[in-house]
Amino acid sequence: MNFVMPTFLPALPEIFVLTMACLVLVVDLFKSENNPFITYHLSLVTLLGAAILTVTLHQADPVITFSGSFINDSMADLLKVFIYLVTAVVFLYSRDYLIQRNLFKGEFLILGLFAVLGMMIMVSAYNMVTVYLGLELMSLSLYALVAMHRDSGVASEAAMKYFILGAVASGFLLYGMSLIYGATGQLGIAEIASYINANAGHDLILVLGVSFVVVALAFKLGAVPFHMWIPDVYHGAPTSITLFIGSAPKIAALAMVMRLLSDGLGGLHGEWEGMLIVLTILSVTLGNVVAIAQKNIKRMLAYSTIAHVGFLFMGILAGTPAGNAGAMFYIIVYAIMALGGFGMILLLSRAGFESDNIEDFKGLAKRSPWFAFMMLIVMFSMAGVPPTVGFYAKLSVLSAVINAGYVWVAAYAVLFSVIGAFYYLRIIKFMYFDDEGDSTPIESSLDVRAVMSANALAILLLGIFPGTLMGMCAAAASITH
Amino acid sequence: MAAFLIMEGLMNGVFCALDAVLFYVFWEGMLIPMFLIIGIWGGPRRIYAAIKFFLYTFLGSVLLLVAIIYLYNQTSSFSILDFHMAKIGMTAQTLIFFAFLLAFAVKVPMWPVHTWLPDAHVEAPTGGSVILAAIMLKMGTYGFARFILPIVPDASAHLDWLVIGMSLIAIVYIAFVALAQTDMKKLIAYSSIAHMGFVTLGFFIVFAIFRATGNTHGAGLGVEGALVQMVSHGFISGALFLCVGVMYDRMHSRNIYDYGGIANTMPVFASFMVLFAMANTGLPGTSGFVGEFMVILASFQANFWYAFLAATTLILGAAYTLWLVKRVVFGEIGNERVAALQDLNTREFVILGSLAVLVLLLGIWPAPLVDVMHASVNHLLEHVVTSKL
Repeated sequence: MNFVMPTFLPALPEIFVLTMACLVLVVDLFKSENNPFITYHLSLVTLLGAAILTVTLHQADPVITFSGSFINDSMADLLKVFIYLVTAVVFLYSRDYLIQRNLFKGEFLILGLFAVLGMMIMVSAYNMVTVYLGLELMSLSLYALVAMHRDSGVASEAAMKYFILGAVASGFLLYGMSLIYGATGQLGIAEIASYINANAGHDLILVLGVSFVVVALAFKLGAVPFHMWIPDVYHGAPTSITLFIGSAPKIAALAMVMRLLSDGLGGLHGEWEGMLIVLTILSVTLGNVVAIAQKNIKRMLAYSTIAHVGFLFMGILAGTPAGNAGAMFYIIVYAIMALGGFGMILLLSRAGFESDNIEDFKGLAKRSPWFAFMMLIVMFSMAGVPPTVGFYAKLSVLSAVINAGYVWVAAYAVLFSVIGAFYYLRIIKFMYFDDEGDSTPIESSLDVRAVMSANALAILLLGIFPGTLMGMCAAAASITH
Repeated sequence: MAAFLIMEGLMNGVFCALDAVLFYVFWEGMLIPMFLIIGIWGGPRRIYAAIKFFLYTFLGSVLLLVAIIYLYNQTSSFSILDFHMAKIGMTAQTLIFFAFLLAFAVKVPMWPVHTWLPDAHVEAPTGGSVILAAIMLKMGTYGFARFILPIVPDASAHLDWLVIGMSLIAIVYIAFVALAQTDMKKLIAYSSIAHMGFVTLGFFIVFAIFRATGNTHGAGLGVEGALVQMVSHGFISGALFLCVGVMYDRMHSRNIYDYGGIANTMPVFASFMVLFAMANTGLPGTSGFVGEFMVILASFQANFWYAFLAATTLILGAAYTLWLVKRVVFGEIGNERVAALQDLNTREFVILGSLAVLVLLLGIWPAPLVDVMHASVNHLLEHVVTSKL
């Protein structure tokens, strides 16, 4: 058997992150008593280095290496850069919160880096096994992160739920992948696509495999009826972990959906479009309606995540490059909005006080007018009100799905997003229209305040000038492999 | 202040936008400052009113978004002018018509989706009410003229009875509702809805005229009357809300029964208030008459009964406005608080004075406004009578 030496250059960011993660692990072991922030700074350097590597190695044409299991194309580069950015901001926001709760251990950062590595592999995977590899690396890191707060019963319960349900979902994914392998004889995404194009008759085993894969993908993203883990995990995990699992892994999960469904199984669009319609309709309905009843803001944002995932699946449903570009734009924008929303919760939390309740936002406009305004922008963006970027995200997804002919799904989704606007308005109502509940001033360090402001202003700015980001997503989605 | 200026800018954008997405961005974006204005600086039930306002208008508008996207897919362009040229089948036209109708009917507001307006007006601060009445309602009617009439004329012709019916109900029934109010702002809010009924009537009467007479000569009168009514109602309603604001500043009550005989202690203010009240009823010489008269004349060409019902506003409008004026301004001094009232200060005088001048000017000499409209109206009518099937 010939062994072909793969070109390692396209995978340089992954190699770098792996090396640095191991280095950080060792450094944390020996150096962190003297220098408590060295791990933190090294992790940020890792992410920065990986970003620089990804950008410099970017090429217009896709590069495939490792015998066809690793691809480096525009979509991979774009999503990876955002994963780095989002994770760096997560580390920044979480720092003070975790210090106050004695949870700022090196393990948080290291597990975060390994999760990032898993995400990078998921995004660049071009083979079903590689997808699974990246998925498991990311998921196992996230399970451990959720359980990090050992003394909290809620966190341990959330971690158990996440782990068990996640393991079942990964099992579904493996089963689906093995059925697809059995039907097509191929593991590579491109090879599966060409097999499906070549053989017109779609045999039952293949369709069965597709359904299992769709179920697993729906679980990972959190679509109804596989959404049960989201509210409990978001609620139970410490807020900074919620911030992490609510933002970056969703980007990676979308990449997984695009590789598996749109690239690999794109020829079977007729088979999985019905499934995605059901996922979309149910997610948009349940997420928007149940969020109204929530008193805990983390649970409310969890249900709103479910609703956003419904919109995301609408973009994939379209099955066109415009739909995929819209879905990519949507998830990037969603990650930024989630950063803003959970970041504000972190900002309001102090030592011994978790600002979990929506009532904790009462009177924020008097307490801190600037941050109330930032939260206003984030909330209106999540509701999809112009001129914030959340509106453009919805517009691009709706545009693609109406173009593909699913007008009724779009009309249904927008009607339920109006119902959803209520709970975002309620937060704004608490902030601006109610009197002060808690008048302690918000204490936070300068870098957190600066990045939080930049985060929210980016939402507004991207809303006025969405062209660049949309152009990048469109370019990334249009490359045919 | 910032909220008002931002809203002003966004409203300008709505009227200037020729790209559908830009129109939609301004249309919805304007909800944010209005929501904050009502909710932060409003009256006791402001939270209810603000959330109701936002969700009601948002609900109406989302289907507008779906219709815009659908039209984009048909014409590959977001330009409203390209939408005007598009050929659309009858089923699609009907669905688009309903999507547009919902959005604009909630904004105008037309009966039966008008219930957000009395709450929003009553609870908003004076400035908010003025902007809401004077400009925001006109955005809805602008949508009728810019979107529904040129883009889906066949569906509009087919369903014109629906809009004409809703307008006539607004004119007649809402006037009776206004008669029953004890809160001055609510009364003026309902009178706004009734006047907006004239505007929508004027727009949709063109189809009936076309069917009755076979040409569009009389139709232009209806459309121009609607447009003049839009402008004049802005002045008059704005002025009336300012008058109520002046009284509220002094008495902190909007209830009619707390007043009586204002003319004795505030004669200058009383003269302004009576002038604007007369304009509201449609007294010839004031701008309120011009628009209503043109629309009624046009309705005569379509159908006698449309004109009859529309003309009942002359009676009913006079009824609620004059009764309001009688109870508040005229008669004996009601109580000691009224006896202690100060008349207008310079700022209020200048504001009300300028509006009075505009109302009278438009009423006596509407020609400049009407002449400017001729070209656009004729262009619009060309689109309206061309079938887009």
